[in-house]
Parts: sequence; structure tokens; C-alpha cells
Amino acid sequence: MVGITSYGVYVPFNRLSRDEIAGTWDTASMGGEKAVANFDEDVITMAVAAARECIKKKELGEVDGLFLATTSSPYKEKLAASIVAAALDLSPSIRTADFTNSLRSGTIAMNSAIDAVKSGAARNIIVVAADCRLGVPQSGLEQIVGDGAAAVMIGDSGIIASIDGSYSLFNPSIDIWREEKDPFIRSWEERFVIVEGYQRYMKDSVSRLMKNCGVSSKDFSRVILYGPDERNQVTLAKILGFNSKQIQNTFFSQIGNLGNAAAMMMLAATFEDLEPGDKILFTNYGDGSDSFILSVTEEIKKVSKTGDIRSQLNFKRNISYGKYIKWRRLFELEEPRRPKPPTPSITCIWREQKKIFTLYGVRCKKCGTIQFPPQRVCVGCQTMDDFENYKLSDKVGKIFTLSVDYLARSLDPPTVFSSVDFEGGGRATFMMTDCDPSQVHIGMDVEMTFRKLYEEGRINNYYWKAKPLQRR
Amino acid sequence: MESIKDRVAIIGMGCTKFGELWDKSVEDLIVEAAKEAFEDAGIQPRDVQAAWVGTVDSGITAITLSSPLKLQYIPVTRVENMCATGAEALRGAVYAVAAGACDIALAVGVEKLKDTGWSGAPDANVVGCSRIGVSGTEPACSAPSVFAMLANRYFHHFGIDPEQGKRYIAQIAVKNHYNGSLNPKAHYQREITMEQVMNAPIVAWPFGVFDCCGVSDGAAAAIVTRADMARNFREDPIYIKAMALSAGARQAQLKQDYDYVHVEESVISSKRAYAEAGIKNPRKELNIAEVHDCFTFHEMCLYEDLGWCDKGKAWEDIEAGTFRLKGELPVNTDGGLKCFGHPIGASGLRMMYEVYKQLQGKAGLRQVKNPQLGLTHTMGGIIGAAVVSCVIVGNQKG
Repeated sequence: MVGITSYGVYVPFNRLSRDEIAGTWDTASMGGEKAVANFDEDVITMAVAAARECIKKKELGEVDGLFLATTSSPYKEKLAASIVAAALDLSPSIRTADFTNSLRSGTIAMNSAIDAVKSGAARNIIVVAADCRLGVPQSGLEQIVGDGAAAVMIGDSGIIASIDGSYSLFNPSIDIWREEKDPFIRSWEERFVIVEGYQRYMKDSVSRLMKNCGVSSKDFSRVILYGPDERNQVTLAKILGFNSKQIQNTFFSQIGNLGNAAAMMMLAATFEDLEPGDKILFTNYGDGSDSFILSVTEEIKKVSKTGDIRSQLNFKRNISYGKYIKWRRLFELEEPRRPKPPTPSITCIWREQKKIFTLYGVRCKKCGTIQFPPQRVCVGCQTMDDFENYKLSDKVGKIFTLSVDYLARSLDPPTVFSSVDFEGGGRATFMMTDCDPSQVHIGMDVEMTFRKLYEEGRINNYYWKAKPLQRR
Repeated sequence: MESIKDRVAIIGMGCTKFGELWDKSVEDLIVEAAKEAFEDAGIQPRDVQAAWVGTVDSGITAITLSSPLKLQYIPVTRVENMCATGAEALRGAVYAVAAGACDIALAVGVEKLKDTGWSGAPDANVVGCSRIGVSGTEPACSAPSVFAMLANRYFHHFGIDPEQGKRYIAQIAVKNHYNGSLNPKAHYQREITMEQVMNAPIVAWPFGVFDCCGVSDGAAAAIVTRADMARNFREDPIYIKAMALSAGARQAQLKQDYDYVHVEESVISSKRAYAEAGIKNPRKELNIAEVHDCFTFHEMCLYEDLGWCDKGKAWEDIEAGTFRLKGELPVNTDGGLKCFGHPIGASGLRMMYEVYKQLQGKAGLRQVKNPQLGLTHTMGGIIGAAVVSCVIVGNQKG
């Protein structure tokens, strides 16, 4: 049997209200908010966050595949999944792939993972979907799209929802698209896009799948219909004959349309309140449609409730449109009058990859002192070259001291620097993120998060930062 | 191990005005500082037998010095120890004379910080890192941030209300601005009030703009010779009593047992210097001190690290005025880094310039009454990875 064995979501800390956007442009507001990736976040870092939640939720076998689905990878040529897999400390011999160029990449990747597990080529594949798309300033799409990530694990044991059937269709029409050199997504006339694209293909894939599996609309406890926005999703549900109790909320008013992560985020939310035996219809749209029928199993009871969507939706702060412009570099802004950071040496990053991607320090075998970054000579007892590796990315810590720095170059000053004492040993200095600088204090509990420090020389420099520990 | 005490003397010093010297190049600064030193010692450039130049970012190799001064094929060395660079140049010259490698040596420190197009000092994350290739993952905090981490922990550790703590360190800014107002070579020569310090824009709490030292251009120079030859050059040479240096190894950054309320390198360096100089009670025996007040709190911390106040009690002496110009132990009589300014490579020698002038009774309006023994302290680098120089000099031999 093949099915979903775990799931995880990541909603960024920042929200931009649609009134704020509409107020800036003097246009009509769709109401609500959209989730916005912090200045130090992108598809790679958000994918790491969602996949970490997925891994944390449940005791699972060795992960032997990581598929990343996105239309907004920070790199056109460079396997983003490889960086995500490194940050997750996965074995270097696993399968990695980026599924790109479609809003349906997430479910296309799921189908590939299902096939790989079915064939016996793999046993546990993480499919993580993340997007950070840009609508043209003052367009409707600008208000619609939000940023975030969601992950599912596909496997053959410990299944929380079996996959009982699937159906796929493609649509060659260019309804929503982004040309290679364009930073912004474009759309054809909305009525056409909805009626001849979204509605037609969703309807086709759902009805054919139900017919193939011999089920009807009332057999489902929950129906997950991807929706470009809430209004169009509700309309489609009515056309398909589902009642409002069956329909999974899109979270459109809270976080917006998360692109590839949208449908998977809804799937994760469904798992949070279904019981064994419940049947789910899961349908995605993007250049066609993928539909799945799933059945929830007894295993769902073994899933930890940490990192649930509700707590992530509540953990937030609102930002101004000015900040959004700055973070997404929507147009040229004055450079800070501070020295530029060094262009990262790829050689150095390669040499220090265990430190940089996974936050490995060392523990002295003689005196036990845990130290980060890794040293050749022990800071505790000066013993040379007698260490074992020690991972810090999964440890929590306390702030020993800190500073709130208005001078350091940043897209979002002030930058908080803190000296973190890790539970179990080890001290190191980190930048902080996703925090209110006025609330950060000595003794505060923190956890580690994978982020982008800066871009220089067309290289994204990833590393770990500390953030306030999210109480769940 | 032999002591350096009374084996070497300073016979000439020079120091440019510090500040935003838009019209002066590195070469101009070096020539000006050296020219004053040569005139002060009464010698010619050709009399110098070996030379050291200290600079962090304003020149690579000995040529930085030999070319502007047209030194004639003598041994010249460029040294760097971050903010302790000027002191390091002096150290090279003094030890060469003590070793008998030469009889007259020159030390020059120089920095030209204002040609960058941006304000503030360079970031402090470069300590111990290659300049050729880095992963770029070192925490790139600003210099004030480094010392703010020390200040914030200090206030927390000793239960000092941060607002009250800010008022203590503001008094140091007011003191150093007063001293700077008496110094025609200082970058900033204006007095300021407590209100100005307290209300200044915050750079990194608790530091506002007035808690941070000047970012300046400048150079300073010293000429040293054997102590037994010193009086051939002048009546009032200044004798080296102690020269200590201590380098950290990132202990404070790596180990949880470091308390972040002191700088270990300063404690160790000053203890070594006192021992070498034969000083038992530094607070009583020293008559003047120039210390590394890059940020006001660091001067407060040094009152303790240098053994003048009990730990956590420096505020009592701040309130008592102990370290003011007319106090028990005047500190940073020339305005310090705060007001004289901080051209990084020059600062160690600039401190010595003030102590030298004070011990000769030539410090003008800010002259301390009859001082005999003075200390300079410079700290290069960051907390846990600092290089600290302590030098003690006196106007009496033996």
C-alpha cells in the first residue's frame, strides 16, 4: 500500500493586509491578509521549514527522496532540492528533484513519489511545495498571492492516509503564466481563465476519478478543492454538488493563495481534524488538474499536533507595503551606506557545508565541550583533532546576551544579534529573525531556522538564524 | 624572561589632527606625524635604523611607510592587530631596540577611514578571517553591536536598570567631550550635555550616537632609542616600564562559562603589565591612563578589568568623578577615542602621544598635575577574540 505518512506546513511570520495594498494603489481591496516571506526567506528556506515539521511529526523510516515543487525557485539552474536536502541533513545518496513551471508541480511531484514508492525504488519520499510569487504591483494577483510551504511524506508503511485512486489531465492553454525574464505572474481575462480553465478541468478530473472509483460526492468527509481564491473555489464546489461542510477552507483571507503550497496546505489542515475511516477528495489545478481519493487510517492518531496550522496562522505580525517593496525589491532603492558583504566563496561554503547547511559543531571526546563552529583544537582542553560531530540545528537555546543593531547592513533593520547557549551545551552568536526587537531579551528561548543571509555576486548565501521559540 | 622596564625610551612623538581630513592622503598623514616626531626628537629620517608601520586597511607592506618617508633601504615591517595596531607598531620598535638590533627605531600608525563613501567603521566580523575567501556566514554585526552585547549582559548580571546604566555611561561621554574640548588636535572639540547623550539616536542599545567614538583619519608616530642613550637627544625622555599583549582564542564566543561582563584579554594584559612595571596598586600608582573607549560602556568595563574598581562597582567611581581630568586617576585626558577620534591603526600611538606629552608637562589646558606614570590600553578585535595591549611608561628612569 502507498500513502501519505506525514505532513508539515510553514506559514511565514509576516502578513500584508489587502487593505494596505489597495490603499497604496487606490484600488479595491479583496479584504483579509496575505502571508509574506520575510526578507531572509525564499522557496528554499520555507521548504526546509515545512519539511522539518513533516519529519518532526512522526517516527518514520529513513528518508530516501526529496522532491521540491515550486514555480519560484531562487535559481533557474541549480537544484534547489539539493540545498533543502542538505539543510535537512538527509543522506547524500537519496533521490532529489525540482518539479517546476506549473502551479500543479506539487501534485505532479506527489504522483511521481507515489510511482517511485509503488515500484519499490524508494520507501519514504518527502514532497515539499513552496512558492513566493509576485503579482504585478496594483494588480489583482498582487493581492491574491501569498507565500508559504507545505510538505507531505509519501511512503509504504506508517500510512496516515492511503491513496486509493488518482486522475490527471493537462491543459495547454496559457491562462496563468510567467515568461522567463519576467518577475511577475500574468493572467488572461479572468472569466475565461476560470470558466474554460479552472472550472472545466477541475470538473473533468473530479467527475472522471469518482466514476473510475465508483464513488459519489456524498462519500467524502472532506473535499479539498484548490481555489485561485475563496470565491471561485466556493462556486466550483456548488457546481460539483458538494455541501459547505465538506469543503476544506482555502485560508485565502488569512494567507492568500500560496501557489504550489496552497492545495497541500489545505490537505495538511484536513489531516488535523479527521478521524480514521474518513474519505478525502483532493484536487489541484494548474495547467490541468490532478485528483486523488484518500482514506484516513488508524495511524493518524500517532501524529504529533505540534506545528499545526492554527498556531502558525496566529503567530504573525503585519508589515507595511513599503517593507514589502523593499524585501521583494519591486524597484530600485537606495543602498545602505555600509560596506557590502563579501561575495560568498563557493569553495568555502563547500568546505564548510556541514557547518553551514546543517549547523554541525563538534564535541570534544576528551573533555566533552561542545563547540560551534567546528574547531581543530578544543577550546576547553586544547586537545587536538579528537572530536565527534554534534548537530545544533535541532537544539533549542537561551539568549545569553544580545544587541539590537541599527548600523548593520540589512533589508530590515535593526538586526538583532544574540549569543545563544544551547540546551545540552555549545554557545554561538547568531542573527535573529521573525522577532520583535523590542521584545527580545536575555534568557529568551530560541530555536534555529534556515535562512538566506544575503545575496551577493548572484549567489544566495544560506545559513541558520535564531528565532523566538514558538510555544505550541 | 627579561623585563623591558627602563631599557628603551621614547625620544620623539608626532600626531596629526584627527578628523574628517578630506584633503589629506595616507601619505600626507604619515609625513605629518613623522615630521613632528623627527623635529621633536631632533633627528633626521636617515638616523632611523628600522621602522614599523601599523595600519588595518590603509596600506599593505612596509612600502606604506618607506615610500612616503623615502627611508633608504632600512628594514621596515607592516603590522596589524585591529584596533591594537598602533600599539603593535610601537611594540616592534621597542623590542628591536631592546634586542640590540638597532639603536633608533620609528613606529608609525595610520588610518584613512573617510574615503569609503559611507559612515561608520567597517564591520567587526573580519577578525581572524581570510580577506580572500569567506563563506560569509560570520555574524556581520557592527562594532557598536559587539560592545552592546557586553553592556547588556553587564547590566543584567549586576542588576543595574538599563536606563540607569545608560546614564552611567553617558557621564563618560560627557567627560571625554569635556577633555576633547581642551584638545586642538581632537576630531570633536565641543562639550556636550547629559541630555544630548541620553536623547541621541540609538545605534545599538544602550549606545546612542554620542556613546560611539569618532570615525576619523589620522596618524601618529614615535621614535625610540636605548634608555642609556635617550638623554643624548632630550632632557625629558619617556621610559618604557612595561609592554604586555594578550590575544584571545574565541573562548567567550564558544564557551558557556564566559560571563560576558569583562574582557579577559584586558584583565590578563594589564596584570602582566603591572607585574613588569612593578606596580602593586595601579589605581594609586598610575597618574594618568588612556584606555580604549571605543564605546562608552567599554571604558566603564575597563575601570574594572584594569583593576581600578571592584567588579560591578565602576558606577560608584563614575558618580564620584574619579576618572575626570581633576579626579584621582584622570582617564582619556585628550578626549579618548570618543573625541580625539579613532583612525584604527593610529590610535595606540595617539594614546601614547597624550601620555608622553602629559608626562613631559606639555599637555596645555588639560595638563594633569605632575604625573610620573601612565598607561595606554588598546583592544583590537571583538569580545572573545580580542588582542589587548597595555603599555606603561614613566618620566623617571629606575
